[in-house]
Amino acid sequence: MPEKKQETNNIILDCQGMSKSFGGTHALKDVTFQVKKGQVHALLGENGAGKSTLMKIIIGLYKADKGTIFFEGKPYQVNGPAEAIRAGISMIHQELNTEPYLSIAESIFLNREDVHGKSPFLNKKETNRKAAELLRQFDFNLNPKILMEELTLAQSQMIEIIKAVSCNARLVIMDEPTSSLDSEETGRLFRTIRNLQSQGVTIIYISHRMEEIFQVCDSYSVFRDGVFVNSGELTEVTTGDLISMMVGRKVESVFPKVDCEIGEVVFKVEGLSGKGFRDISFEVHRGEILGLSGLVGSGRSETMRGIFGMDPLTSGKIYLEGKEIIIKNPRDAINKGIAMINEDRKNFGLCLFRSLRENVSLPNLRKLHKGTLINQNKEKTEVRDITGQLRVKTASIEADAFSLSGGNQQKVVLSKWLMSKPKVLIMDEPTRGVDVGAKSEIHALMSKFAAEGMAIIVVSSELPEIMGMSDRILIYHEGRLNGEIAREDILNGTADQETILAKEFGE
Amino acid sequence: MEKANEKKILGMDQHDLSLFMKRYGIVFIMVGMFLILSVSSPNFLKINNITNVFSTVALNGVLAMGMVFVITAGGIDLSIGSMLALASTTIGIVLQATGNIPLACIAAIIICTFFGLLNGLLIAKFDMFPFVVTLASQLVIRGLGYVISGGYSFALANPKFSKIGLGKLWNAIPYPILILFGITILAFILLHQTKFGRYIYAVGGNINAATASGVNVFWTRVGSFIISGFCAGVAGIIMTARINAAQPNIGIGYETDAIAACVIGGTSFAGGISTIPGTLVGIIIIGLIYNGMNLLGISSYWQTICKGLIIIGAVMLDTIINKKR
Repeated sequence: MPEKKQETNNIILDCQGMSKSFGGTHALKDVTFQVKKGQVHALLGENGAGKSTLMKIIIGLYKADKGTIFFEGKPYQVNGPAEAIRAGISMIHQELNTEPYLSIAESIFLNREDVHGKSPFLNKKETNRKAAELLRQFDFNLNPKILMEELTLAQSQMIEIIKAVSCNARLVIMDEPTSSLDSEETGRLFRTIRNLQSQGVTIIYISHRMEEIFQVCDSYSVFRDGVFVNSGELTEVTTGDLISMMVGRKVESVFPKVDCEIGEVVFKVEGLSGKGFRDISFEVHRGEILGLSGLVGSGRSETMRGIFGMDPLTSGKIYLEGKEIIIKNPRDAINKGIAMINEDRKNFGLCLFRSLRENVSLPNLRKLHKGTLINQNKEKTEVRDITGQLRVKTASIEADAFSLSGGNQQKVVLSKWLMSKPKVLIMDEPTRGVDVGAKSEIHALMSKFAAEGMAIIVVSSELPEIMGMSDRILIYHEGRLNGEIAREDILNGTADQETILAKEFGE
Repeated sequence: MEKANEKKILGMDQHDLSLFMKRYGIVFIMVGMFLILSVSSPNFLKINNITNVFSTVALNGVLAMGMVFVITAGGIDLSIGSMLALASTTIGIVLQATGNIPLACIAAIIICTFFGLLNGLLIAKFDMFPFVVTLASQLVIRGLGYVISGGYSFALANPKFSKIGLGKLWNAIPYPILILFGITILAFILLHQTKFGRYIYAVGGNINAATASGVNVFWTRVGSFIISGFCAGVAGIIMTARINAAQPNIGIGYETDAIAACVIGGTSFAGGISTIPGTLVGIIIIGLIYNGMNLLGISSYWQTICKGLIIIGAVMLDTIINKKR
């Protein structure tokens, strides 16, 4: 690692006095933000803390109301991502926007295509050759002629990073880059980040996952409610310190699991098989939280989609309260008392441009009837009731789901399913893209609903979440169950993260 | 998100203003047109002219009330124009054979509703694009109109039947307006106050979320086309009664006006956003455009051009007001 002296002139990005407001709300208030050259710098804060706003100003999507930015010592101002890229700053967005029908080479060199001489005709050979070389540099053995739509999310992300570097980016901003990656892909991403760092590229790393930040980052800055809170080297702080900076109060425990009485078996599956999973059997008891752990693509979510009737099952039996049931589609599942919070909130959870009220009542309209019409007063009361209970922060239940923050959107999804009072609640990645505050609220709610007698199945890629919340953990490996760990084993220390990871990797 | 300009316009800050405009902007445009027309043309406000505006509007209105369901659910129905012709010839055949007016009307509605059902089944069952399916089915439907009428138009000479299109309640309110009124109320209740209506919004807004919430997406989509077919049947009765003849070549281009009324009234082409009152205002605006240009003596060729431009203008206005989407 190159020697790092604490000089002032090794600051690559220097934002001073940044302010920005939308309508009446201040998204950023007089924020200072500095990043040293060659570092991986963690930018931390709850959703709505102003991280994305500042990043969007840096890449030119927003204009700051006040403040100046210096990049590589020179004043910097751009009018859009294209100019930012030319100036040397690229951003890898959390939700990748790729052209599905372009090849890898075409998408890396989009807008920079090679042509024959000075003619307008494309020189595909040259583009493919250059792309192949770049891929080799990153140890990425893929044919540059493959279409983007055939790549996994992790691969597309890698292509975006390669594209940024090929544009000579000196600063790369990564927004929640690991939110859809499994541990293996995350490891690969981290190796790439080290690789970039050794080439002198500076990285701003935005993430909610603490253990990753300590693993890959050198320094940090924390924002809270649009204000700069603190910054420094990560060697000098602990996770607890960072969390309390973000929320502005001490969080006793991120996972406040309350143990409650576990009753009889409510839900049972036997020999379930489908696309991506084989021969899955398990049971869940009343009041129990069952955790499903495994790498992304190991069949956890696929099993849940199968149970909920979203994908077909090829074999297996499902029992609810001792009776065999057949689920052909989500409607059957809901009618029988099974609810599922999908991992993909935007595509399967919400109608973003409809009101919070309509979103919450959608699966519950059957119960809100007066003759043929919807009982609108009852609807309003019940929606207000449940969203109040879950403390959804919104001006009114008539607000578009679109206008809420990620954490609040997730609480709306929770509201809609809890209103249906399910016997079995399946939660697939219930805290993905949710800030720390909302996260512990959701965890507290899970305990509460288990205590009320619900059987909960939770799927999560975050080991601490699974370990903190589950009464029992089942571990998936390549579509099959590969072990079970009880809460006692974790509490008395006979099982830890390594035990689980080893099983996820098939040992 | 909006730009952070904190200018005050009309005493509201810009955010409130844009919300206000989004909801009621189109009403202002309608009122503005009323005012301009009543100033620039002395004949505009005469009772005769106003009833005339509304009875032309009635036909398009009934079609638009069906179309709004289809577009809100994320589809489009290009076959309603040809359904008018099929309804017309059906009525002609039944009236000639039996002379039974209710039977003729019911037959027209049933046959159009049936083709709506067929459109819906094809689209929902095989997941084909509504644009392509209805583009093709309109050919089938229009062809069928020619087949059952032998390609001829014939006068109905049934004064009782023509009353549906030309008669007036208490000698004041034309029946077509009453029919539009009735259909509008039904549509309002169906779209805004029933489970089915809510499902239409959910399916158009996000079909995946609707499926995952247990909505019967298949029948919701089919239902939207059934409603569109039903409305085309009702509109076909009005049209046939007004011209008092069965014609297989009528109704060309009527789907354009129905779509335009929906769009002017704030219906999103992406699905999931619309209101019945908005659609009604859209219909009236289109009626005013036609009537206004007639009164001002603009030739029908130019009227077509103007209508196109006004639709583009309306959509542009809507996009600008709803920028954040």
